[in-house]
Amino acid sequence: MSAIAFDGVSITLGDRAVLADVSLAIAPGEFVGVLGPNGAGKTTMMRAILGLTPVSGGRIEVLGAPPRRGNPAIGYVPQFRRTPLPPGITGEELLLSAHRGERWGFPLASASDRTAVAEALARVGAADLARRSVAQLSGGERQRLFIAQAVVGRPQLLLLDEPLISLDPARQRAIVELVRGLSRELGVAVLFSAHEVNPLLGAIDKVLYLGGGRAAIGTVDQVVNDKVLTALYRTPVRVIRADGHVFVHSEAGALDGHDPHDHHEHAH
Amino acid sequence: MDIFAYEFMRNAFAASTIVAVVAGAIGYFLVLRGETFAGHALSHVGFAGATGAVLLGLSPFVGLTAFTLLAGLGISVVGQRANRDVAIGIVLTLSLGLGLLFLHFYTAYAGMATSLLFGNVLGIGQQTVWLLLGMAAVTLAGLALISRPLLFASLQPELAEARGVPLRRLSALFMLIVALATAQAIQIVGVLLVFALMVAPAAAALRLTRRFLSGFLLAIGLAVGIAWLSLLLAYVTDWPTSFWITGLGGLAYALSHLRRL
Ligand SMILES: Nc1ncnc2c1ncn2[C@@H]1O[C@H](COP(=O)(O)OP(=O)(O)OP(=O)(O)O)[C@@H](O)[C@H]1O
Ligand SMILES: [Mg+2]
Repeated sequence: MSAIAFDGVSITLGDRAVLADVSLAIAPGEFVGVLGPNGAGKTTMMRAILGLTPVSGGRIEVLGAPPRRGNPAIGYVPQFRRTPLPPGITGEELLLSAHRGERWGFPLASASDRTAVAEALARVGAADLARRSVAQLSGGERQRLFIAQAVVGRPQLLLLDEPLISLDPARQRAIVELVRGLSRELGVAVLFSAHEVNPLLGAIDKVLYLGGGRAAIGTVDQVVNDKVLTALYRTPVRVIRADGHVFVHSEAGALDGHDPHDHHEHAH
Repeated sequence: MDIFAYEFMRNAFAASTIVAVVAGAIGYFLVLRGETFAGHALSHVGFAGATGAVLLGLSPFVGLTAFTLLAGLGISVVGQRANRDVAIGIVLTLSLGLGLLFLHFYTAYAGMATSLLFGNVLGIGQQTVWLLLGMAAVTLAGLALISRPLLFASLQPELAEARGVPLRRLSALFMLIVALATAQAIQIVGVLLVFALMVAPAAAALRLTRRFLSGFLLAIGLAVGIAWLSLLLAYVTDWPTSFWITGLGGLAYALSHLRRL
């Protein structure tokens, strides 16, 4: 059984075909980097896996079953947060409010809830964030907290939507290493979207490039080359490797990050 | 003290305790969700409802409750927050205007306007106390039922949605509960000053605590404390109770800023 299987999946939003006849499979425990320019459909793909966005064609299977909202086997870190976190809520309190937060009733945390949260915080090395106010945390600390939140309750699949945004290179690397460790220790499959493949090199098992409604998946060597990316984006793409970095360049503009309105759109 | 020798004082204390518990509890979530303006507006709609009901020969309390409930539904239907504030503001002023028109047609009740607008806690009868108790029970039971997903959805809506929390339905349910709470609070502090009892204690409590439960309980405690102290001060000074509630509410909020977050 695959962690995720797409079989001829098409997703249309408004009049835009975000995915068109995409087929792919991701094995349990696999750490997959999801790349593609703004609007390529990274978030949409995750929302479809979560059962939030319906497919217009084809079939998705998540851990052997059709997607359904509220699947407890999936841990999720969304890309955007519309509402700022209020002052005076601690990290632990935030995670407790989310743990089984979908149930009706009064939010009284049980001893087992507290254990589950403390365990997740310890696992990502965020035990010291438990008592601090979330509003005061730095971007990197906050991201670590959100990843802890995603692993509460031992999910089998993690969907992390751009967890590297607005982090410095050292912090980016730390988050990638953290997720790689989680993926190994817990045997959890991970979809990790990013704008740049470099921070992920050496850590991910596979890379999934999205563009023009199409997808290309494979190891970094299999996918990040002139031939595959040129075919995917239908425009001449050059991949240059130097010093263990890759630079993806196209006439039509950079495909990996460096998008001028990138910064604006993801500023917190 | 012989303050409890008078029946109207006993009723006033009972009614304001009931209403303060409700206002503190609901207010906590209202502040957490950034929906205080909606709460403010709901009470103004109550004004039109109450005056309209009197014009039709009905009890103002019935009209007030019916109108706030309707407006609560209306506000939750108007989805997006950006346009929402404008829509809410327009409904708010329209309601006050309508209330004024109804009063114009029914001049006999000149005193009613003041007590509707600013509250008249010392005029509350035994029957109203029982009515408030019943409504409070319903309101708090409703809140207890939805408060877990409500807390989750207020803090992290995107994640709550993914976990299967029905955001829109939840928000509509909460608005109905706010409407019920508002109808009760109007009895004590009047249409214009509901904010003081519902928002000020909760906002102070949120600044002073770091956990849900302690913040929630402190909001209730502060609201009740403010209500009691205000009645006491009103008794001693003979100034209006509602004035003291607004003053102490503002003071509590100001003092909460002394604590660094
Ligand atoms: N509700 C919607 N209605 C219509 N179009 C939508 C809707 N949501 C998203 N889209 C479009 O779908 C496309 C894919 O969006 P998506 O958010 O999945 O991209 P992304 O790869 O996550 O981009 P980014 O890197 O900016 O996060 C975009 O062109 C977007 O405009
Ligand atoms: Mg996205």
